[in-house]
Amino acid sequence: MKKNFPASVRLTLSLIAAVGVFFLLFWLEGQRTEQGMLISILQKSVILSIAAVSMNLLTGFTGLFSLGQAGFMAIGAYVTGLIAMPVSSVDNVFYVSGMADGLRSFKESLSVLPTPLLITLALLAGGLIAAIFAALVGIPVLRLKSDYLAIATLGFSEIVRAIIAAPQLDRITNGSYGLKAIPGFDSGGGRGSLLIPFGVAVACITFIVLLIRSSYGRAFKAIREDEIAAEAMGIGLFKHKQLAFIISSFFTAISGGLLAMFMRSIDARAFQVTLTYDILLIVVIGGIGSITGSIVGAFLVTFAKEWWLRFFDQPLVINGFKVPLLRTGFRMVVFSIFLMLIVLFYRKGLMGNREFSWYRLLSWPARIGRRKKSLPSGDEEALK
Amino acid sequence: MTFTTFIQHVLTGISLGGAYALIAIGYTMVYGILLLINFAHADIFMMAGYFMIFAMSSMPWFIAIPVVIVVTVALGLAVESVAYKPLRMSPRMSIMISAIGMSYLLQNLAIYLFSALPRAYPVITPLKQSFQIGGVSASLVTILTPVLTIVLVLLLMFLINNTKIGMAMRAVSKDYDTSKLMGIKINRVISFTFIIGSALAAIGSILYFTDRMSVTPFSGILPGLKCFVAAVLGGIGSIPGAVIGGFFIGISETFLVALGYSTFSDAFTFLLLIVILIFRPTGLLGEAITEKV
Repeated sequence: MKKNFPASVRLTLSLIAAVGVFFLLFWLEGQRTEQGMLISILQKSVILSIAAVSMNLLTGFTGLFSLGQAGFMAIGAYVTGLIAMPVSSVDNVFYVSGMADGLRSFKESLSVLPTPLLITLALLAGGLIAAIFAALVGIPVLRLKSDYLAIATLGFSEIVRAIIAAPQLDRITNGSYGLKAIPGFDSGGGRGSLLIPFGVAVACITFIVLLIRSSYGRAFKAIREDEIAAEAMGIGLFKHKQLAFIISSFFTAISGGLLAMFMRSIDARAFQVTLTYDILLIVVIGGIGSITGSIVGAFLVTFAKEWWLRFFDQPLVINGFKVPLLRTGFRMVVFSIFLMLIVLFYRKGLMGNREFSWYRLLSWPARIGRRKKSLPSGDEEALK
Repeated sequence: MTFTTFIQHVLTGISLGGAYALIAIGYTMVYGILLLINFAHADIFMMAGYFMIFAMSSMPWFIAIPVVIVVTVALGLAVESVAYKPLRMSPRMSIMISAIGMSYLLQNLAIYLFSALPRAYPVITPLKQSFQIGGVSASLVTILTPVLTIVLVLLLMFLINNTKIGMAMRAVSKDYDTSKLMGIKINRVISFTFIIGSALAAIGSILYFTDRMSVTPFSGILPGLKCFVAAVLGGIGSIPGAVIGGFFIGISETFLVALGYSTFSDAFTFLLLIVILIFRPTGLLGEAITEKV
């Protein structure tokens, strides 16, 4: 039996925290000139947290090691970008070969919609198209196991990238020139640069959490633990794997769409294998099998990479003594060494497979004291 | 396409395929023994390219080549002992994540040490001599690559089939636990596998980059993935299979580029992978092991 506060206490605490975060974000949004860097790091963190949570749904909860994230994000980003891009800038962006006529008239018919609705539609369309692709790719690919599945999905992601950049699709995806003039989060009236991505993330992650707690989620976990036993208990392996794959791809594509709105201009090179690896590393650092871990991991990794470790990239001179090693690129070396240390010595990541609970958070100082006390007695349970 | 251009493309394809084959052997051997996709192999190959640049700046080519091979082997062994040895008994997903992490580390290290800009690959003069046979012109490296590949593979096959360490390698790839019980020193066998794999990757990198002329920290990724596909195509664990797969992918890639589908040549490789995994998961020459897929 897990210790916890009564439901009413938990709910009150959560509500207070949510309202607090809401007003903090609302206040930060207004400080765009002073806090520009913080805002953009927060945006990127929250976007990656959606991708990380949906990867965790596959890797951590269903036991499917898929490396196709970048491909689905590319699909989401391109669909969102194409639909959300204002018709007036089409000629500027597609200056080389023009946009396909069908797509153009489709966009013109959509342009009567108000911008917020159009963007919502664009994100959903990105997710749906990615989900359709996932359903088609899943039929053959999900029969494969562990590393074969990983390499096949990785291959799929590279195929998507190659097709997007192909000159034959110049009039749809603008080939290697990429898409520009994608509206940002604040295009619908100045505000929303933080509340929109955070709102979308809360909606997506809540859905995934509810899914994991449902009977489907229990079936996913059963498949993760032992496929044969799960099948023997009457769980349809293929159906559930397919479901997890489609849902995960849907949300990955939503996060890709948000990424397109964050970057404003995208091209196929942004969706290389490295993007998938970045998301995988967030999941690993946070803890495979912990939603909270993935969210915390996304924020920690993004903040560390974009901000806290920045000084590693600048040459530093103290009293005429040039500190060795510090120059461009050192940040990422430190970061990857840190990552290898986690992979090798702290395999559970930050959260293992635990989730956030107010009780654990608030009793944390007390637990640390208790652990220290019980160590000399050789109580091995306390070490775990 | 005239006959001469056809022959020209065949030559280029065979040459590229030879380099792919040498790298694919590294994947297939490690997979055969550890059941691990050694993602870092592609970056070891990339690092070998940089080693050659530095070696050639201070010594003649005939000294530089062995030096590069030795340094690359050392790197391969270091990767094995840092990233894979501590995780021998862990679930496969952890080892794979460790491999991806190592590949990430090597790429970032290369960006830090050598910057992300492409660096010119040194010209190894004797390899660059060009021939003119009929209407077909080819440099020595184009002819040398397939010949060298075949010779090295025959040597390797001899080693695996006729020596004690080769027998140990075959035993470990058949059954890891039983061979351990029979007193085979698993760690030695694995280290030896990495030595061979890295040495072949170093030779492959010299042949590959001599034709490409520049190295970047990311130039290992795509060839690496393609060579893994080559290994799967030939049947993972099988060395002749990896060679056939390497040549097949090299030639088909060259022809796709020649026909004007260069953007799809990468996509083709992965399409091939998905098709093989579905219809013949054991590859062309692989042994049927139900556990694999």
